[in-house]
Amino acid sequence: MIRESTLNAALLILLLAVPLAALLLDEPFIITLATRAVIFAIAGVGLNLALGFGGLVSLGHAAFFGIGGYAMGILAYHAQTFTPIMEWPFVIQGTKAMPVIWLTAVVASAIAALGIGVLSLRTTGIYFIMITLAFGQMLFFFTISWPAYGGEDGLSIYVRNGFAGLNTMDPITFFAICYGLLLAVLWLVSRIARSPFGLALGAARQNEARIQAVGQRPFTLYLVAFTISGAITGLAGALFADLNRFVSPTMFSWQTSGEIMVFVILGGVGRVFGPVAGAAMFIFLEHVLGGLSEFWHIYLGAILLGIVLFARGGLIGLVSGREVADD
Amino acid sequence: MTDPILETRGISKNFGALVASKDITLDLRRGEIHALIGPNGAGKSTLIQQIAGALRPDGGRIMLSGEDVTPLGTAARARKGMGRTFQISSLAMEYTVLQNALLGALGQRGDVFRFFRPVARDAQLREAAETALARVGLSDMHHMRTAELSHGQRRQLEVAVALTLQPRVFLMDEPMAGLGTEGTTQMVGFLDGLRAEAPILLIEHDMDAVFALADRISVLVYGEVIATGTAAEIRANPRVREAYLGEEAAI
Repeated sequence: MIRESTLNAALLILLLAVPLAALLLDEPFIITLATRAVIFAIAGVGLNLALGFGGLVSLGHAAFFGIGGYAMGILAYHAQTFTPIMEWPFVIQGTKAMPVIWLTAVVASAIAALGIGVLSLRTTGIYFIMITLAFGQMLFFFTISWPAYGGEDGLSIYVRNGFAGLNTMDPITFFAICYGLLLAVLWLVSRIARSPFGLALGAARQNEARIQAVGQRPFTLYLVAFTISGAITGLAGALFADLNRFVSPTMFSWQTSGEIMVFVILGGVGRVFGPVAGAAMFIFLEHVLGGLSEFWHIYLGAILLGIVLFARGGLIGLVSGREVADD
Repeated sequence: MTDPILETRGISKNFGALVASKDITLDLRRGEIHALIGPNGAGKSTLIQQIAGALRPDGGRIMLSGEDVTPLGTAARARKGMGRTFQISSLAMEYTVLQNALLGALGQRGDVFRFFRPVARDAQLREAAETALARVGLSDMHHMRTAELSHGQRRQLEVAVALTLQPRVFLMDEPMAGLGTEGTTQMVGFLDGLRAEAPILLIEHDMDAVFALADRISVLVYGEVIATGTAAEIRANPRVREAYLGEEAAI
């Protein structure tokens, strides 16, 4: 058994080493794959806060992924067409600046998560799953039928957005930006996990009567966790759209929600680095098995089944055993 | 006579045709242990759930230090100073013993919505948690998983978490259950001293413990309080003998 912290470090190094090696070997496609893995990892780390730490099985995180994507799409579209987003009561222009886009994506998806959370957290279990799914689908069909931003066809952004004078079209530069954000998000979530809030949230997941008996309402804890969770997944959505330079309603589809959940389960529910392992594994399998057969999801399914049945801690749990205790 | 810290005024609760609580008026005064006894199904746990806020009474009021807390939920009542232990241990089972105690200390301090500072490095919280664990005799088990504790140790941990809350009243639902002879003796000794900190409303089946500890005893039968009084008064009460003590009249 390897200590979980050692494993986490190894995972981060591997995720950095692969694109660097690809850079030396002049394989830009591998760099793009690694970037995808990093972005999916961010989305998964976001979902894990709700799913792993709060026990909230959300099948609607595509909503936040999509909102992040469209935040990028709409801002960049107006910037590239030189049209304002709105003129009344005040003028809002589009932008190609990544930090502004990220901030917009995070704020927009946090607001959406707060609203969806207030409504759906009144329910539990299967009803919660269904309601979050319904909200995701609602946004999916809304974007399909909203012609202003491409409707079903989505929106193409011709040039990747800019960041502080860097050449973001260079794959390794964009990878580095995403990797930096992943580190920031991991740091944030690992702090939250060990904070007073994290302790209370975990207790609410394990035993609602207990957390009430110490004077806290589970609903409030869940709502805050769900909101932060949605915001992080929204950031991933903005990056994903920037990677592809394209947004479409697919980002809102329930399959997207399912995939984000797969990253979490594959890597280890409730482990801070679980989704990183899960997303990396997912991309690896997609690339390797996808080369063998169009129906590679069958193998992915078998692996997922194995993890769920025999390794409840996911890949991280499989290698590093049970979580370490409180210090 | 001091003002009661906790009072129920005419609490009633029906589940369909079943009368679980019938016009129950009780009070809990400073420095006392008030035991609630009665046969199985008399409505003791239902009453304590209504006091703690987990069940809403059909009628009547619950007063804490003269304030009507009837409309409040469980969490709000806990913040007002109700420290509850559960009949069936209700702890965060995946957490360590220390983490459960920290949770109580955190609840007492009331600043749960802090996202950055690790709990384990908060000296003030740790001290509160460790003190409470030491008082119930769980000092050397800080890093044990709660799920691995024995039944009796879980009862002790329940009490420790309630201690960290520094409540105005303790509501204890069968804290001795499953403790064994030695454990019960220790717990009796502990509760005996605890009443000086905050009064205890105690549900307990162990009659020796009840008669050893209680300043006053209320007897609940079919959802109704048929008698309230000192241990001697309860022992001598013919209705109680008939309804409850019956074959155990020897005590």
